Amino acid sequence: MKKNSRFFTTIVLLSSFLITVNTNAQERNGPSPQGKRSGPPPSGHSPEQTKTLEEVGGYKFGEVGTDFKLKNVAGGMFSLSDIKNAKGYIVVFTCNECPFAKMYEDRLVELHNKYASKGYSVVAINPNSSSENEKESFEAMQKRAKEKGFPFVYLVDDGKIYSQYGAVRTPHVFLLDKDRKVQYIGAIDNNAKSAENVTETYLENAIKALEIGEKPNPNLTKAVGCPVKTS
Amino acid sequence: MKKNLLRILILFLSYGFSDTDHESQIDSSIANAADIQVYDFNYLELLLYTKSEKTYVVNFWAMWCAPCVKELPFFQTYSTNNPDVEVLLVSLDFPADIESKLKPCLKKKGITSKVVLLDDPDSNSWIDKVDTNWSGALPFTIVFDNKKRSFHEGAFESLQDLENLINKTINH
Repeated sequence: MKKNSRFFTTIVLLSSFLITVNTNAQERNGPSPQGKRSGPPPSGHSPEQTKTLEEVGGYKFGEVGTDFKLKNVAGGMFSLSDIKNAKGYIVVFTCNECPFAKMYEDRLVELHNKYASKGYSVVAINPNSSSENEKESFEAMQKRAKEKGFPFVYLVDDGKIYSQYGAVRTPHVFLLDKDRKVQYIGAIDNNAKSAENVTETYLENAIKALEIGEKPNPNLTKAVGCPVKTS
Repeated sequence: MKKNLLRILILFLSYGFSDTDHESQIDSSIANAADIQVYDFNYLELLLYTKSEKTYVVNFWAMWCAPCVKELPFFQTYSTNNPDVEVLLVSLDFPADIESKLKPCLKKKGITSKVVLLDDPDSNSWIDKVDTNWSGALPFTIVFDNKKRSFHEGAFESLQDLENLINKTINH
């Protein structure tokens, strides 16, 4: 019997060895180094464009962002002109379900709490809201705003305002100055997944630049985001 | 008793071996789908350029992006019909979801094309390196060989749309 148990141990050891070997084989990391890397882009053949940014449309820097009258989750309609003594407007196209939008909810709350009193309020607009999509419906937006305790307005974009601004993803920020001129377009910061590991607070830096009468630099940043539903 | 244990040993061993054999014999593309690597952009960038004559199609997508998931079958069909073209699906999902969500999602959709996961949070630093025309919204597709390159932002309406872009890029 003792012999048997030793025998069994051997089996277990042997089989676990085989499994480990197999797993290691699956965990090879990275492409095999094939000598010199071929990127970054070799100059000479630039991308053939099928659609330019101009074709996507949207505002250029210095253009005046349109005001609107959109339905707010707290009830009633909301316009940028409802904010008295605004020094600027943090217009954010966002939505309920996009993981990248969700990761920024707390940071937007923080930004609003910090800057609303200084004249820069967050104005959140949901371009993906639709009564057909129960996760992005007005009721779902109300629920989300309540859960997260949004201190800012959260509006239904039923006027295709996103298209005038040129918002193509969520979240997508447009920082307007007091004259509603577009001064910054892009990301909130440089780390969607982890607020602690952010090293560039693009939006906050842009607000600070406006506060001292300077132009934000950079004024255009990009981030991965969910597509704005264009239908 | 001993006989039984021996049988178990053989069973274990044959499991181990048959699995290894299976791995080596299986079509490489299927093995790739079952084996999703996580890259940062520096690694991924190596896959975005080629010196060979081959045509490459790289699609950036994520499970949470509905239009992305909807167009995945076009890439799969294209890849099946054009085995000489390298199709790479770059998922921007979370590494923690690979086993629990990503693999089941690919299996359900019958996707056997190569899938890698790009985990690099500072997307502003690399979006332009994929293509300066890319806004960052998903899905996004690039087509290239060693001479030509083009891109498509947004989902393809049909397999033919995808074929058109590839043919337009490479054959003209």
